[in-house]
Amino acid sequence: MTKRLLALVLLAAVVGCDHGFADPSREFGPAVPDDASLHPVEVHVPTTLGVADTPLVDGQGRPIGVRCATCHGPEPTLSWAAEEGAPTTFHEAVDLRHGDLSCFACHVESDRTKLHLADGTPLELRDAMTLCAQCHGVQVRDYDRGSHGGMNGYWDRRRGPRDRNHCVTCHAPHAPSYGSVLPVHPPRDRYLEAPTAPGSHAEGGH
Amino acid sequence: MSTDRRTMMKATGATLGAAAFARALAPLTEWTEDLSVEGFLQRHYKELSRDDMAAVLRRIEDQTREEYGASVHVEDVRPTPGVQFAYALNLSVCIGCRRCAKACHEENNHDRATNNSYIRVLEMSNGSLDLEHGNALYDHEVPAPGKFYMPVQCHQCDNAPCVKVCPVEATWKESDGIVVVDYDWCIGCRYCEAACPYHARRFNWTKPEIPAEEINPEQAYLSNRIRPQGVMEKCTFCLHRTRKGRLPACLEACPTGARVFGNLADPDSEIRWVLENKRVFVLKEDLGTQPRFFYFFDE
Repeated sequence: MTKRLLALVLLAAVVGCDHGFADPSREFGPAVPDDASLHPVEVHVPTTLGVADTPLVDGQGRPIGVRCATCHGPEPTLSWAAEEGAPTTFHEAVDLRHGDLSCFACHVESDRTKLHLADGTPLELRDAMTLCAQCHGVQVRDYDRGSHGGMNGYWDRRRGPRDRNHCVTCHAPHAPSYGSVLPVHPPRDRYLEAPTAPGSHAEGGH
Repeated sequence: MSTDRRTMMKATGATLGAAAFARALAPLTEWTEDLSVEGFLQRHYKELSRDDMAAVLRRIEDQTREEYGASVHVEDVRPTPGVQFAYALNLSVCIGCRRCAKACHEENNHDRATNNSYIRVLEMSNGSLDLEHGNALYDHEVPAPGKFYMPVQCHQCDNAPCVKVCPVEATWKESDGIVVVDYDWCIGCRYCEAACPYHARRFNWTKPEIPAEEINPEQAYLSNRIRPQGVMEKCTFCLHRTRKGRLPACLEACPTGARVFGNLADPDSEIRWVLENKRVFVLKEDLGTQPRFFYFFDE
């Protein structure tokens, strides 16, 4: 009896144990040295920065953008357009829905190619994230910790670089609320695809 | 007389035995392009030597070229020492666009006709976590008012019910936390599919059909190589990418940054920050599955 019990226990041990690799060298891939230098994180700067959409559209229906510097800034190619009484077409497409902010809360009035912080410090357009950070501290903290804004490339920066979005990549600065979209890729599981004629169930079986 | 009788019995037995043996082997004579002799005789994944493995990988590459007309590169990608994978998903920002499901479909060489994906996005009513009332078939602008969206994929449980029920050890948990399937060892009994409380495993009812130009050629034996008909498959956190340091395809596709992935063993990792600082929960915690997949909310 004891012998049989012992055999059972042994059998259970053999069956229950996790089988290792016949060739233990196959178990792991190459190690990454702990002191490996980290690859950079690059923040992708959107090409839409410093470009104002106009009400005009191109042949494919996309809005035609005009660079701010065309009319504003130190060397404008169309300086007259920025003068008083000139047409304001270029600003008509600006749909300002960003709290109670006015234009010059962020833009420098005397140099529209630049932004300014709340304390008046001027800022290049590509550094707009610093401006956003003044009010959206929670989002900045999450972004810095990798849980806001997404990323591309490597989770392990010892092995490769990482790309990150700019605030403006996802949030239009003048109307930053993230819009709604149509979902893609609907499931087509086989059990969803059995088309039954109306009433066929009742007629068929019962 | 008795000797004759014995001889006759032996002869009859041998004949019957041979007939039975032939009958038992009959299905093997129906071997087609789907199962090669080498494939049938292949040993368990963990029993293969490096040379065996190399031969298996070349065989799979040849088969893919023959059956799908695609030139692919299949590797045996192994865990990196010191890495423990985990995933977290921010329910506050997921908008239910299903781009993660689409990216999974393309990355993992899923059957095109069924839109198969390892990710199922459930539309849930605010204030409820009842999966029974989650709707995966929504087809309207998202996010809809009063709804939130919950993508569900394999949770890579530390106490995985699917692994325990497998009668042939065709699925197991690896040292970096990923639960894998040896598609060449799986017998297709679907016990694991029934055991998974997250409905995360899929069965290949048919041979996957994918146009050659759409096949992702960067493949791994335990992940996104094209699966044979009649075997189970599941999310592997894209181990063919992640074990090389890259982010999973579903994370890169997410337009809202709802997904956070990384190494639990690294105290400075993004995933650790989320687990330590956000309001985190796991799905069906009461079942004791100990998932490596976490959900969280912003404050």
